[in-house]
Amino acid sequence: MIPDISQIRKDFPILDQLVNGKPLIYFDNAATSHRPVQVIERMNEFSLRTNGNIHRATHTLANKTTEAFEASRETVRKYLNAAEVGEVIFTHGTTESINLVAFSFGEAFIGAGDEVIVTEMEHHANIVPWQMMCERKGAILKVLPFSNNGELQIELLDSLITEKTKILAVAHVSNTLGTVNPIAEIIAKAHLRKVPVLVDGAQSAPHFKIDVQALDCDFYAFSGHKMYGPTGIGVLYGKRKWLDQMPPFLGGGEMIDRVTFAKTTYNQLPYKFEAGTPDYVGAIGLAAAIQYVQGYDHQILADYEHQLLIAATAKLKQIEGLKIYGEAQQKAGVICFNIDGIHPFDLGTLLDQLGIAVRTGRLCADPVMDHYNVENMVRVSFSFYNTMDEIETLYKALIRLKAMFGTMNMNSK
Amino acid sequence: MTIDEIQQEIVEEFSGFEDWMDKYAYLIEIGNELAPIDPKYKIESNLIRGCQSRVWLHQEFTDGKIKFEAESDALIVKGLVALLLRIYSDRTPMEILASEPKFIDEIGLRQHLSPTRSNGLLAMVKQMKLYALAYEKISAKK
Repeated sequence: MIPDISQIRKDFPILDQLVNGKPLIYFDNAATSHRPVQVIERMNEFSLRTNGNIHRATHTLANKTTEAFEASRETVRKYLNAAEVGEVIFTHGTTESINLVAFSFGEAFIGAGDEVIVTEMEHHANIVPWQMMCERKGAILKVLPFSNNGELQIELLDSLITEKTKILAVAHVSNTLGTVNPIAEIIAKAHLRKVPVLVDGAQSAPHFKIDVQALDCDFYAFSGHKMYGPTGIGVLYGKRKWLDQMPPFLGGGEMIDRVTFAKTTYNQLPYKFEAGTPDYVGAIGLAAAIQYVQGYDHQILADYEHQLLIAATAKLKQIEGLKIYGEAQQKAGVICFNIDGIHPFDLGTLLDQLGIAVRTGRLCADPVMDHYNVENMVRVSFSFYNTMDEIETLYKALIRLKAMFGTMNMNSK
Repeated sequence: MTIDEIQQEIVEEFSGFEDWMDKYAYLIEIGNELAPIDPKYKIESNLIRGCQSRVWLHQEFTDGKIKFEAESDALIVKGLVALLLRIYSDRTPMEILASEPKFIDEIGLRQHLSPTRSNGLLAMVKQMKLYALAYEKISAKK
């Protein structure tokens, strides 16, 4: 079943514009997605009518804000199917969520000689915080590699995990290869060895319905702005049994219980991890984004995105000299590629002239670039508001640009 | 010709293109025609690393003039590099310091020199000016 895309697109007025004189085609959704009017209006309405700093106030606006903020937390809890709101922490995004766990889990559980496992396909945000913690603690960072087709070498996991392994961090969906990793299987394997798992959900939350209890993940991190919400807000889900044992990440504000110069005691979950005034407008926007997506059958949207991926992959493969990086059996709406003899920067620049927004560069994934021995890639990434016509336009644009470079190269010979 | 005269010449060359596609095609063509940098200068210390593309810049100072050689892995950037070399190479430090690459604005490619475009071009201009400043100081001391 195909959802009514033209109707959906009306909710995203930003899509209806000319860029460099051409109708915008937005294929950079893995970097950030656009917001429907429902999200924008909810945030505006809140700022216009309600704003007051949350918690511990007596006045009406602050109380309304607190209610709206906590209602947003409940919306997120339900969406993730977390066991309780205490396990839903608002952060500034996936990066902060992972940094929080790397720091606080590291403080509580990791010492010299201990091991942390990440995978070769991680975004830098799921590598560097662990690396920083390992350096601090004298721990060792180990890497689960992927095969050339973009699939993790799960069979190596059992031998990679040792009695020293304290945590494993893995992306649900790769931001470059598009691979949907078998995280349920990874989590099950890790848990057999008593190793908790953090799932980087930045690229999966926008596409799939997530059930953290069914997955049994220990931590799950995602960002609002990649799933039709605002920037500056994200979520960390964590199991209470871990969060309770972890020290705070940042100090100040709502995270305290009682402060004396001798000793400070900390607030309960989730506030223990929410120092300072949180981005409550962002949280309210994120809840509105979740409600927007929930207005549709999630599976129908996901199926449609998958059709876009299949169609685009087939089209791109018709282009001679085009190489796709990552052809896993299970993929979400991300395609990275290069065309022989054309630098990604050149391609991205000229596609932009044709109104087509793609991402080029190293995509915050240097190890993936190194794996394929390339400097840069071009990435197109889809959302449910993209259309088959847009994919056709991209295809024609690539053919046109390829001819342009082909002619140029001949001239120079 | 002075730097400004060459800039004017470039602006006139580009004024013939009505379609942006032709403009970029021309840029790619001159990028293709740019003599490659001597491999021995294509080294880490000469590399100006942008997130999007890389530029290598080598210089030699002889007879009061700085001779630049440069290259980029991206063709559009290479085309712009070629234009920058055309105006800035074989110039005295004073000439380089006294002149801005305003032609890029005038030919409608300003976005490529904006700090938000991490293609290494802006850094290349800065680097050329730094070399000019350094050689100017050295020359003044003599």
